[in-house]
Parts: sequence; C-alpha cells; structure tokens
Amino acid sequence: MQKMKHKISLLLASLLLPFIGLAQEMSSEPQMADAFRSDGKIYVVIAVISIVFICLIGYLIYIDMKLKKLENRK
Amino acid sequence: MIKWWKITAALLILYTLVWGMLTPVPHLNILYETIRNLFYHVPIWFAMLFQMGLSVVFAIKHLSKNDIQSDMISNQAAQTGLFFALPGLLTGCMWAKFTWGTWWTFEDPKLNGVAIAVLIYLAYFILRSSIDDEQKRARIAAVYNIFAFVMMFVFIMILPRLTDSLHPGNGGNPAFGKYDLDNNMRLVFYPAVIGWVLLSLWILDIKKRLTFLTHAKNEA
Repeated sequence: MQKMKHKISLLLASLLLPFIGLAQEMSSEPQMADAFRSDGKIYVVIAVISIVFICLIGYLIYIDMKLKKLENRK
Repeated sequence: MIKWWKITAALLILYTLVWGMLTPVPHLNILYETIRNLFYHVPIWFAMLFQMGLSVVFAIKHLSKNDIQSDMISNQAAQTGLFFALPGLLTGCMWAKFTWGTWWTFEDPKLNGVAIAVLIYLAYFILRSSIDDEQKRARIAAVYNIFAFVMMFVFIMILPRLTDSLHPGNGGNPAFGKYDLDNNMRLVFYPAVIGWVLLSLWILDIKKRLTFLTHAKNEA
C-alpha cells in the first residue's frame, strides 16, 4: 500500500513538473505590446509627450478658428 | 482653414519630440542622455530671439511709416518673445542642475546676460503702460525697443563669447562646431528650430489678430 502511494505520487510529479516549469517560463515572458515595452519603455514616454503636444496644438487650432469666426462677423 | 505653415510647425515639432528621443546621440561624459535637451531647450531660445527681432523690425517700421498697427505688432512680438524666455529659463535651470550641479550660476555670462535682457524687456512693458497717449507711447516704445534689442544682443550673443562660459559655443569656440553636433543631431535640431520659430509665429498671429479686433471694437 505504502509502495503504491509512492508510485502514484512519483507518477503525478513526473506528469505535473514539466507544466510547473512551463508555467514559470510563461510568467517570465513579457506581455503583449512588446514594441512599447522595449528599450526601457521609452516609447510610452514618447507617446505621452506626443499626446500632450497634439492636445496643445488642437487647442491652438480651436482658438485660431474661433478668432476667424469673430473676424468674419463684422 | 488653418494655414499650411501652422500645420508645418506642429508636424516639425512632433517629429522632433519623437525622433529626438530615439535618434542615436554621441556618448559624452557628464551630459549622457541630457544631450537630447539640445532639441528642446535651444530652439525655444531661437524662437525668443526671433520674436525680439520681429519686434524691433516692426518698431523701426512704425518709426518710418508712423502706423499704429506696426506698434501693436511690435508690442505683441515682444510679449511673445518674453513668454518664450520662461520655458527657456526653466528648461535651462533643469539642465544645469543635472550637468553643472546647480540651478543657476552667476559664474556664467550667458545666464547673467539673459537675466539682464529679461529685465530690459520687462522695463519695456512698464514704459508702455506708463504712457496714455497712443501715438506718444508708440514712438517712445519703438525707440526704447531698438535700444532693448541691441542690449539683449550684446548681453546674450556677444559678451558670453568674449569670456569663458559653461555654454558650448562661447568663450572663443564657435557654436555648432563639429564637436558639439553630429549629423544625426542636426537632422533633429534644425527642424526643431524651424518648428519652434513657426510655432512662435502662430502664437504671435493669434495675439496680433486679437489685438486688432479689440482695437477696432474700442474705436467703434
């Protein structure tokens, strides 16, 4: 009986251990959007700067158009 | 619609924001990655100098033609230029802290010169606001503007070159020499200068139109 238990646990271990290794390997793998995570995630900074600048320019365009409307009114 | 050169300004700066971070740069001691600040700090000052130049050109135009529009543009350009001195100074302080080790140093003639130039232009606005008569204000301001521009040019561009300075391109050695700027950096730096100058023009355009509108409304 005792021998049987040992055999089953060994069988289970031999079946599961490779999967544990695989799971570890999977968790150490980087997640999605690899390009944005490379080079110390500098691309994220660039994206943030670009968004800020585009918003600013959008606001400038908005002011410009509004001014044009005022100029055309008279 | 929005004029083409305004869109060009936006696209050029956007390009320098992205590629300025990615382009290969020379590996230099002390500077390290902060060498990329060249793409953002220096063009701001170019825009400031450009606006002050415009301001003095319109001041002279006012003196010769005696039209009030030129005086308004001259005033607005000086305001825009002074505004650009603010991010210029702040980014300079930041850069200085992490390369020279201090936010501000009176050892550097360029920093002293900029401080004096800013004060000279602040005096220009105080002078303007102290005269009520429009024609009189325009003429006196124009004359002072010429003086202010010459002084600024001497303090920022000439005196720092005559003595030792922490800034590159001063203390005898020419700016943008082959040791300061490699070809990769030129590809970002020159578009950045053009982009920021055009952006300052855009801001001046909006301020000018607003001033004209207000003036027309006050006249009516």
